[in-house]
Amino acid sequence: MDIQTGFFYLFSAVLLFAAFRVVTARNPVHAVLYLMLAFSQASGIWFLLQAEFLAITLVLVYLGAVMVLFLFVVMMLDINMDIFREGFWKHFPLAATLGALIALEMAAVLMGGFRLTEAPQAVVASGQVVAPVSNAKALGILLYTDYLMPIQIGAVILLVAMIAAIALTLRERKDSKAINPSQQVRVRAADRLSIIQLGVTQAGLAPEPPAAAAETTEIKP
Amino acid sequence: MTLTLGHYLSLGAMLFALAVIGIFLNRKNLIVLLMAIELMLLAVNMNFVAFSHYLGDMRGQVFVFFILTVAAAESAIGLAILVLLFRNKNSINVDDLNSLKG
Amino acid sequence: MSQTLNASTLLAVPLAPLVGSVLAGIFGTRLGGNWIGRRLTHSLTILGVLVAFVLSVMTLKSVALDGARLNETLYTWMVVGGLKMEVGFMVDGLTAMMMCVVTFVSLMVHIYTIGYMEEDEGYNRFFAYISLFTFSMLMLVMSNNMLQLFFGWEAVGLVSYLLIGFWFNKPTAIFANMKAFLVNRVGDFGFILGIGLIAAYAGTLNYTQAFAKAGELSALTLPGTSWMLVTVICICLFIGAMGKSAQFPLHVWLPDSMEGPTPISALIHAATMVTAGIFMVARMSPLFELSDTALNFIMVIGAITALFMGFLGIIQNDIKRVVAYSTLSQLGYMTVALGASAYSVAVFHLMTHAFFKALLFLGAGSVIMGMHHNQDMRWMGGVRKYMPITWITSLLGSLALIGTPLFSGFYSKDSIIEAVAESHLPAAGFAHFAVLAGVFVTAFYSFRMYFLVFHGQERFDQNPDAHHDAHHDDHGHGGHDKPHESPWVVTVPLVLLAIPSVVIGYMTIAPMLYGEFFKDAIFVDAARHPVMQELADAFHGPVAMALHALSSAPFWLALAGVVSAWYMYMINPSVPAAFARALKPLVLILENKYYLDWFNENILARGARALGNGLWKVGDRALIDGFVVNGSWKLVGWVSGQVRKFQSGYLYHYALVMILGIFVLMTYFVWLNK
Repeated sequence: MDIQTGFFYLFSAVLLFAAFRVVTARNPVHAVLYLMLAFSQASGIWFLLQAEFLAITLVLVYLGAVMVLFLFVVMMLDINMDIFREGFWKHFPLAATLGALIALEMAAVLMGGFRLTEAPQAVVASGQVVAPVSNAKALGILLYTDYLMPIQIGAVILLVAMIAAIALTLRERKDSKAINPSQQVRVRAADRLSIIQLGVTQAGLAPEPPAAAAETTEIKP
Repeated sequence: MTLTLGHYLSLGAMLFALAVIGIFLNRKNLIVLLMAIELMLLAVNMNFVAFSHYLGDMRGQVFVFFILTVAAAESAIGLAILVLLFRNKNSINVDDLNSLKG
Repeated sequence: MSQTLNASTLLAVPLAPLVGSVLAGIFGTRLGGNWIGRRLTHSLTILGVLVAFVLSVMTLKSVALDGARLNETLYTWMVVGGLKMEVGFMVDGLTAMMMCVVTFVSLMVHIYTIGYMEEDEGYNRFFAYISLFTFSMLMLVMSNNMLQLFFGWEAVGLVSYLLIGFWFNKPTAIFANMKAFLVNRVGDFGFILGIGLIAAYAGTLNYTQAFAKAGELSALTLPGTSWMLVTVICICLFIGAMGKSAQFPLHVWLPDSMEGPTPISALIHAATMVTAGIFMVARMSPLFELSDTALNFIMVIGAITALFMGFLGIIQNDIKRVVAYSTLSQLGYMTVALGASAYSVAVFHLMTHAFFKALLFLGAGSVIMGMHHNQDMRWMGGVRKYMPITWITSLLGSLALIGTPLFSGFYSKDSIIEAVAESHLPAAGFAHFAVLAGVFVTAFYSFRMYFLVFHGQERFDQNPDAHHDAHHDDHGHGGHDKPHESPWVVTVPLVLLAIPSVVIGYMTIAPMLYGEFFKDAIFVDAARHPVMQELADAFHGPVAMALHALSSAPFWLALAGVVSAWYMYMINPSVPAAFARALKPLVLILENKYYLDWFNENILARGARALGNGLWKVGDRALIDGFVVNGSWKLVGWVSGQVRKFQSGYLYHYALVMILGIFVLMTYFVWLNK
């Protein structure tokens, strides 16, 4: 067994253990931390597969951003975990069986059909043999030529996600004096001001009751 | 023994299975659900990268790239919804979210 | 064919009564505003029928003496596929004879009605109906194709319904007219099946064309069975005749049809409509000759009717019922003759019977009028003193009916009896016995009626149901319980009918039965059914036949019947009661008319209603409405209710379903979709 295989088995074992702990941990913070562990092991495995760019991306994006986000949320929400554990171990046998079945089925297919063992040749694009380039460069070549459009779409997806997240959770400060522009534009003069016809005031008559004067100025806020 | 493509794929399969079990066991806990979804995506990504490596085609990794993008967007929005839910109902118990009951 | 007749003249024959009927029916009733009064109504209709009669006699002369014939289609109504539906006339000996009989009896009845229906409110309507009937019957007999025959068939059935229920406020009349119509329908069902089979296999409804194909048809069998096609056709057609001509067991309507006024009993239910079945079989003789089975069947049915209906006539108290059962019995005789392949004899008896039976009915009607609408013979007696013309004509009619030598009934009845004796069909033995026994029975009940009504003690005062009501307004005489002779409009038709009842047999037997009269109208397969040939060999002229009768059984049987009736009702009136006591069960069966009415009402009618009820409650409401219609939406509702449980609103349920779905898909693609 050479070193690569050894590392593979090590990383896989930790990965699987961590994944198991993610789903069975009692404390959600622990669950998130185990998830982070799982991703880091996955990243290691990808290094073994010579997909360096993606491995680093995994660390940066997932571990650095998504998992941190998870941690924020977990820590922010005060959750009573006991409710969730009810009936946990009751369902475990069935779940285990189901999972085992899925795994075995997949394995049966995959092990049987995929016996590629050729040492990874120079990773090329489109099967043409060119001078070996770094993984990042190879990825870049593809992304900026054939897959430019999906990149743009991915960018839009991210933008939309951001807008959606903000739109969902934004709370206005109650003492904010900011004006809503669309409301401002839709104001009608009639809502603010109304002009009332008054009778002619005659000198020498009994003075108008003050209520009448108050009626003349109705300015709606 | 040499590593074959099958090893990596089996790893992906087991990861996926674990994630499925996780959904099944933790179906009431939204946060763990979201985490299990991330695990599933990880399993799929593992498959893609393995194929990309053994078939010598970069396109697998390009696809992983996109999956990563979408997964990130999806977790963000999922968590935003979670936060909003918690704000309104003060609980993340899925049992309480049955207003859409048919 | 030495000459052809004029089709337009012939067209006037059915159309003249139709015009009369329409005018009377529309303008004479409330429908058209009651414009024309009674005199104009009866004048118009009688004029129409008179025109028809005169033209019929002229046609008969052309046909009989000049050998003229006509077979022409006047109007093609519709052509469907290859089947032509036409209006046309076929005039030969058979048609001409029927035309004369129908128009003559109709004319007599029209004149008679002026007197009989004088007090009735529906006077104009009645004339409209009887003229309409005349039109329908003429269309039936003059037709050259089966569709027009069927049209006439149904039309006479309709008019019969209208006339039986003429007094529509009487519940018994309504019951009777529905009964007549429904029983006729049963017969018509068979009839239309027969016509359908002919149309299907011969491809035509026209008589001559269909008969031309008869030879080919005789070799075919009905598909899917081993029955000969012609047998099936003939039996189906005969079922139609059974309905219309009131053969057993479809005879049940005719006694009830006596609910209608007497003139129509004479016209429709004695002389013309009920003979339509006999006419039809005679017309279709080329087909019937091909099937011995059918002829046997006809003979058996006819024999049963002839004998058993006669038995029922013995115990009736209503004068019209006696004559009705007599009609049934005589129709049985005609049918037996048809079965014996003696079609011309049957038609000959049809003609003579028309005259004397119409006479007997009209005479009975006259008696009823004199008895102030009492119809029960137990409360009559000694009427001959008061109504001499009615008496004499009824006596002549009765003598004709029982077959007194030299009278017309004798020639026709005895020919039938001889024909049956000569027939070689298996049923001929029973039929011969039946017709002979029938002679005694006929004589007995006829003269029972005669003696009870016209002779003996006067029993008018003993009637417990006598009603002294509005009928007496017009009589205006002191001793209003005693009968008096009817007016001339009633007695003249009686006399005019009595004449042919006596003489027509003597005059026409030779040319009709043994001559050329029916040569091309009636077809007899002389090789297989040599009955007519043997009769012709034995015939030596009407006088000889009359003399020969003195040494033959029917004459003595008839004499025995008359003597028995005279003894039991004139000499020793306690004998009938003694017989009734001794033969009580038998009398019970006879009084219940062999329980056929009970069977029809309780088993068939009730069964049909129960079936309808069951189909409604179970089939319609429970099955179709409840199970299929309601059930389907309830099922949809239930299914939706179950499916709705999937929409629990719980996220983890959805997640679970997704996982299960993944699992199923995976299994499918991995294992099953190799």
